[in-house]
Amino acid sequence: MGQNIECLDLEVLEVLSLDGKDFFRLRLSPPKWEWNTGQFVMIRPLSWSYDPFLPRPFSISQLDNEKLEIFFQIVGKGTKLLSQLKNGDKVKVWGPLGHGFKIDLNLPILILAGGMGIAPFIGLVKNHPHPEKLELIFGHRRDLSCYPINELSKKILIWTVRDASQRDIERLKRAIQVKVEGYSSEGQILACGPLPFLNMVHNSCISKQTQVQISLERPMACGIGVCLGCSIPGPSGENFQTCKHGPVFKCEDLSTVCQQIKGIY
Amino acid sequence: MNFKVKIGNLVLKNPILTASGTFGYGLEFEPFGDLKKLGGIIVKGLSLLPRPGNPGDRIAETPCGMLNSIGLENIGINAFLKEKLPYLPWKHTPIVVNLYGEDLQEFEKLAKILANKEEIGAIEINISCPNVKKGGMQFGQDPSSAARVCEIVKKAAESKTVIVKLSPNVVDIKAIAKAVEDAGADSISLINTIPGMAVNPYTRMPKLTNIIGGLSGPAIKPIALRMVYEVAQTVNIPVIGIGGIASVEDVFEFILVGAHAVEIGSASFTNPKLVFEIIKELPTMAKKLGIRGLNEYRGSLYA
Repeated sequence: MGQNIECLDLEVLEVLSLDGKDFFRLRLSPPKWEWNTGQFVMIRPLSWSYDPFLPRPFSISQLDNEKLEIFFQIVGKGTKLLSQLKNGDKVKVWGPLGHGFKIDLNLPILILAGGMGIAPFIGLVKNHPHPEKLELIFGHRRDLSCYPINELSKKILIWTVRDASQRDIERLKRAIQVKVEGYSSEGQILACGPLPFLNMVHNSCISKQTQVQISLERPMACGIGVCLGCSIPGPSGENFQTCKHGPVFKCEDLSTVCQQIKGIY
Repeated sequence: MNFKVKIGNLVLKNPILTASGTFGYGLEFEPFGDLKKLGGIIVKGLSLLPRPGNPGDRIAETPCGMLNSIGLENIGINAFLKEKLPYLPWKHTPIVVNLYGEDLQEFEKLAKILANKEEIGAIEINISCPNVKKGGMQFGQDPSSAARVCEIVKKAAESKTVIVKLSPNVVDIKAIAKAVEDAGADSISLINTIPGMAVNPYTRMPKLTNIIGGLSGPAIKPIALRMVYEVAQTVNIPVIGIGGIASVEDVFEFILVGAHAVEIGSASFTNPKLVFEIIKELPTMAKKLGIRGLNEYRGSLYA
């Protein structure tokens, strides 16, 4: 985070529905940014007046010479409007924001993704020089066709678990615990997903001697550390802004937050 | 064209300030524009000691605005002076410190710390935060306690310009404005946020963990405009308009009802370049209005 942040008006190149309904891929004209996996952008279409008011944060899925790509699911008014963007529309985008994953390309990597938490890992898998070193456990609620998972499956080993029932969730939890064990001596573990999923990852990993990095999602208004809407309590009482100090945190830095999360996991 | 405005001892190069709590400590906006171009930078409300703010979810989007219940999270006055202030362009644009004290003694201590700091252009006293249990809005709801805070800060701050930021959550804004003017305030800024709520009908949960928060954004602009109009008619010191300002037209609306300057608040979240863009648009807007300066336009509402 620093002087390389830019705020630009980018052009919509493509809005593609993955499932014909709620899940979308949005491609924008690419800014020339240095970025890393786990960093994010704030997006607000120029056509928005004051309602919705705030921009929306999204993980950068891919950024190359052709496009800036993000994935999203319609969850409310803002994402509904984003899904209705047309090619050529302009959107205000600022980024790359926050601190991403610290990735060692030589180490084996276990990716734990829940639902749309798969988004930041698309670029990582596609561009990794040794994709055989990567493994993914993917927990999802909706049909697999909703998620951009097909393009990854040719490259890496994927375990998918549909967590629709309590039994599924137990299976997912066990799968994660078993795998995490295997990575505890060497290798990296990267996680992204909804809060209850991250809570499960945290609880499965916290006692293991392994490097686990978790990308956290919090409501935020600015993405640049000023609204303080996304502050979380750190382990020793200090506050972290998710947008600035995160969104990727060390597992142990999220212990206080995870204690506060109530969820079905 | 000249857009200079005088507020107490300060001369602002233009009437555009940044509202406390929406512009961080200033440095966060360096990637988006030249801070030196701003009329002034009002930083996040500072207290004697660092504050973590309120726990849990503390922002929620609402129609044409947002609620916040941050609760004055800040790094504390000393960390600000050491870690932020030296890097701000204080020689080129006034830095205004928004102050929050839990009691009168804290306000006095804070003002004394700032009194002899040449880097500080002015003090904005926050007696209008709705999100804290002690201090904050409770000082701003009664003319005599508002005046008391103002007197104490004014005395402790020596020659520094003192702006008092008022709460809209009062019965008679004119009485409070008059009281702080009589107590020596150099300027009045208003409005702070309006207490509000948002809930989820399905989960039956409040959207803010604190349940109640402060509403800001274009949704509150008509209320802000009315209160700035009333206060500008009541006092002889400059009034700074705040509340839902999101365009250069909005800026001139507040000047039309009597404001000397304005603060851009949560609209900066919708576009981090907004303050810089508005400043660039001032001459064009003045030309459209056929005016040569702000003085001839200020308070010229046909009413």
